[in-house]
Parts: sequence; structure tokens; C-alpha cells
Amino acid sequence: MSTIAADVRLTARKVSRAHSAVRLRRYLGTAGTVVLSAVIVVWTLAPIYNMVLISLEPEGDVFTDHIWPRVPSIESFWGVLTQGHWYLEHFWRQFANSLYIGAMVTFFALLFGSLTSFAIGRMRIRHGWLVSNAALLTYVIPASFLAIPFYRIMQNYGMSNNVWSVIAALVAFATPYAIFVFQEYGRSIPIEVDESARIDGASPLQIYLRIYLPLMAPALVAVGTYALLLAWNEYLYQFLLLSSKSSMTVPVALAQFLSSDQSPWNYMMATAIIYAVPPVAIYYAFRRRMTAGLTVGGVKG
Amino acid sequence: MNSATAVDASRPALHRRPLSRSLRGSLKGGEYTWAVAFVVPYVAVFLAFVAYPVVYGLWMGSEASLYRELFADPIYQTTVVNTVLYLALGVNVKMFLALLLSGFFMRPGWWMRALLLIFVLPWAVPQISTFISIHWMLNGEWGFLNNVLYTLFHVEGPHWLNDRWTALGAVIVSHIWKWTPFWTLILLAGRMAIPLEIRDTARVDGATGLRGFVHITFPLLANLYLICTLLSTIFLLGDFNAVNFVSGGGPANQTHVLATLGIRDAFEIAHPRLGVAAVMSALPLVIPLVIVLMRKLRTSEVQI
Repeated sequence: MSTIAADVRLTARKVSRAHSAVRLRRYLGTAGTVVLSAVIVVWTLAPIYNMVLISLEPEGDVFTDHIWPRVPSIESFWGVLTQGHWYLEHFWRQFANSLYIGAMVTFFALLFGSLTSFAIGRMRIRHGWLVSNAALLTYVIPASFLAIPFYRIMQNYGMSNNVWSVIAALVAFATPYAIFVFQEYGRSIPIEVDESARIDGASPLQIYLRIYLPLMAPALVAVGTYALLLAWNEYLYQFLLLSSKSSMTVPVALAQFLSSDQSPWNYMMATAIIYAVPPVAIYYAFRRRMTAGLTVGGVKG
Repeated sequence: MNSATAVDASRPALHRRPLSRSLRGSLKGGEYTWAVAFVVPYVAVFLAFVAYPVVYGLWMGSEASLYRELFADPIYQTTVVNTVLYLALGVNVKMFLALLLSGFFMRPGWWMRALLLIFVLPWAVPQISTFISIHWMLNGEWGFLNNVLYTLFHVEGPHWLNDRWTALGAVIVSHIWKWTPFWTLILLAGRMAIPLEIRDTARVDGATGLRGFVHITFPLLANLYLICTLLSTIFLLGDFNAVNFVSGGGPANQTHVLATLGIRDAFEIAHPRLGVAAVMSALPLVIPLVIVLMRKLRTSEVQI
């Protein structure tokens, strides 16, 4: 009797010890999560906080040693929006240029990408794999490596300082990704859909417009977002190809601030924030669509 | 009777394949014209804006004397060392962090989802904005980093961008800061794609924690991890912005990488052919990478 009772007590003690071990491990796990989360938040937000901090400094107070805004002022944002500094004379023009390039790149990447993927994936054009490989090759060549010859070619064509030279370059680099994603997404649409339309006498153009594009809508949104962000964020080609103040885009204008030692850093950071707002908003708005359409979305640096 | 129905049933199946192949494969006259018309715009863009610049670049950088000039340039020698360090550290530290963090973000709960939203911010904010911000953060006198060091620890931080090694370190860290979220999301998607049954079975069999990772998760992720590493190597090799905006290649041209040196040679010292040669000297690394990557991307189901 007593041995059984002792056994039971022993087991109970073991169990409670095991319980407390589990609890301790859980506490440690939670503590670890909290610490790691804090590190991630600080690490992630530091450069962004720095941007906000400096943009809120009143002019002339940028060279300070405090780490929070002492007298927050939105003067610099107002200065950007009203083009109130000589660095920012053409801000809205440059903003419009960025928007225009983004819209055109998105449109042509979607158009050329969907047409090509339709001909390769749905119509199974002969030697379609050659085109796929050309696209794949473009995707894995670093764009910056082609910048010098591209610049020379555009000069030879008399296309330098023309937004269309930038659009051409960016369409060439954005379309391959569009082709992959469309081909991959198109596999989920049964080919019988196209075939029954053909039997009903639909022409390829009609199938493309009435059947293919509507069914591809999620992929179009995903790739459109990708192309828009790629064009908006791109710097090197825009810097090389657009030199006049009225034809350049926001990132090029932003980099121009750096050329001088007397940069108005508060205006620069305010510009950097205003420039970052559209892509961040688009990213968070379409985040789910992007991940749904792409599984894994790619932005080429 | 039985055999007859079996034959009947198999016949349409045998017939259907050639029929559908003839429908899809050999397009009839008018349809073939349409298909060609659909492909032509992209092919034209590719030939004019990718193939032509490639050929033009190869032609520009085809003189042997350019390479003698290039290899004798001490700035180029420094640049090669920088590029190798940038590749080795930038790619591997970033991918390893992404692998660990993707496991961390697999944890359930609203807290993790909220954290992930903050975590992807570096990727969502344009490069130019953040790299310019980091550049000013690292200013020796007025930068945020040294202000924090002084306020919290009363330590005078160094002039980060005035020394080759801290400047190169800053560039590498900036790259890691900017791109870890993106690769974490991809590896996270890869982890999510591992069927739940496999994870559950592994857990029942005692493969949890490190053991589960070594024996179950990593073997399943290995191919994706390899492709990501290769792709990130290529992207990093072509990365112009991090170096250009964080260190600007300075101090005294000591932190250039091949991509920025090419642009500097071509436009700052106005010797475009030398710039092309600098970039082309990376071809012995780029060509094998491109071949392996194209094969991997074509044959595997991974889409990045």
C-alpha cells in the first residue's frame, strides 16, 4: 500500500517537475520571441526613423546631436510640395515624369508579356522555347552591366534625354518576369477553354481578349504592381539617360542633392519620404495579390 | 464482349492525343500569323534593347589592350577584392539570416503577422530613399548612429565612411538590411509549401527543433535555397545603388565594386571602353552562374 502511495507521489512530483520545465521553456521561448522581435523592429526602422527625424528638423538645424526631433516642423514637407527650394524647382514635373514612366512601363510590360505568353503557352507556337529562353536570359543578366552600351546606343539614335529611352530599357527588363508569371499562372487554366472557343469559331485575338485576359486578371495585377514598382524605384538608367531638370525623375533629382556639400538635408529627406509613399502604399495595398499571384514576388535590384 | 468494350474504351483515348496535339502544335495558316504577330513585339524589344546592347558591349570591350590597362589600375585591383568580399558576405549572411528568420516567422499568432508587416518595410521603401538615409546616418559628425552612441554610451563613434573597411562594411550591412526581407518572404513561402502532413509526421517521430530542421526542413528547402543564393549572387553583382549611395565608392575610390567602377570609368573619367572592360571582367563568374541558373529555373518548379 505504502509503496503504491509513494510511487504515486513520486510520479506526481515528476509530472509537476516536467510541467514546470515545460513552463520554463515556454517562458524562455516567449522571452526570446520578444527580444528578437524588438531587435528586428529597431534594426528595420532605424534608417526610416532617421529619414523622418531629419525631415522634421527646421532648416539650419540639421547639424545637431539629438536623436529625437526637438522642435518638429513640417516646413520641409511644405517646401517640397510648393517647390520652395531651388533644388526642388521642378519637383512636380519630375514626379509626373516618374509616374508617366511607371505607367508606360506597366502598360507595355503587361501587353507584350501577355501576348508573348499567350502565343507560347496557349497557342504553342513553334520555337516558343527560344523566346522563353531569351526572356530567362534577360532576367539573369544584371541590368547595370548593359548600361554603358545602352547609353551609347541611345546617343547614336539621338534618344538621350528622352523618357522613351528609359521606358524602352525598363520594358525590356520587366517583360521577362511578366512572361514567366503569366506562363506559370496560365497552366492553371485548362487549355480546353481555348479549344472550345476555337471550335465555336473565335479568332486568336478574340480568345486573347475575351478569355485569356479576364482569366489572367490576378496575374496581371501582380505583374502590373511589380512593373510599376520596378520603374518607380529604378535609378541607374534614369540617371544616365535623363539629364535635364525638366526631363529627370524623382530619384535622379534626389541624388542631385548629394552632389553638393551644402545639401539641405531636411528637404532631401522630405523628398525621399514623399517619393517613398506611393510605392509603400501600393505594396501594402496589393501585398496579398502580389503574394497570391507570384507565390514569391521578385523585384530586380 | 468484354475485350471489345475494352478496345472501344481505349480507342478514343488513343485518338484524342494526336488530335489535340495537331490543334495546339501545328497552327493553321491564319492562326500561325496571329501567333507570330503576338510574339513579334517582345522579340523586337529583346533584339533592340537587350541583344543589341550585349553585342555592342562585347564589341566595345573586345580590345586586349583595355584589359592590360585595367589590370594595371590599382583602383581596379581594390575593386576586385571589394567585389569578392561584397559577394561572399552580402549573399551568404543575408541568405542565412533569411533562412533563420523565415523559420521565426512561421510561428503562429497576430503578433508575428504584425511584425512581418514592419519587417518587409525595407523592401517596400525605394532603395534611393533608404540608402541616402543610411549615408547620412553614418556621417561621423552629425549622423544618427554616432548621436545614438554618444547619447546612450558616451562613446565617440568613428567616421564610418572615411575608412575603407568600415565604409565597405556599411555597404554590405545596408545591402543585407535592404534585401533580407525579400528573401525571407521567399523562403517563408517555400516553408509554407512543405505539406503539413510531412511536418506533423516528423514532429510525431521526434524530429523537432534543430533535428527537424536538419533532417526534414532543410533537405526540402535546399533546392530553393540554392536557386535563391545563385540569383542573389547575380543581382548583387549588378547592384549599383548600395555602393553608389552609401559610400559613393569612397574614400578615395577604395570601396567600388565592378558595377560602380564600370560607370565611374565610363562617365567620370570618360573612358566608356574601359568601363565596359571592367564590367566584362566579371564574365568568367557571370557566364557559369547564368548557365546553371537558367537550367535550374527552367527545370524546377521554383518561380521567383
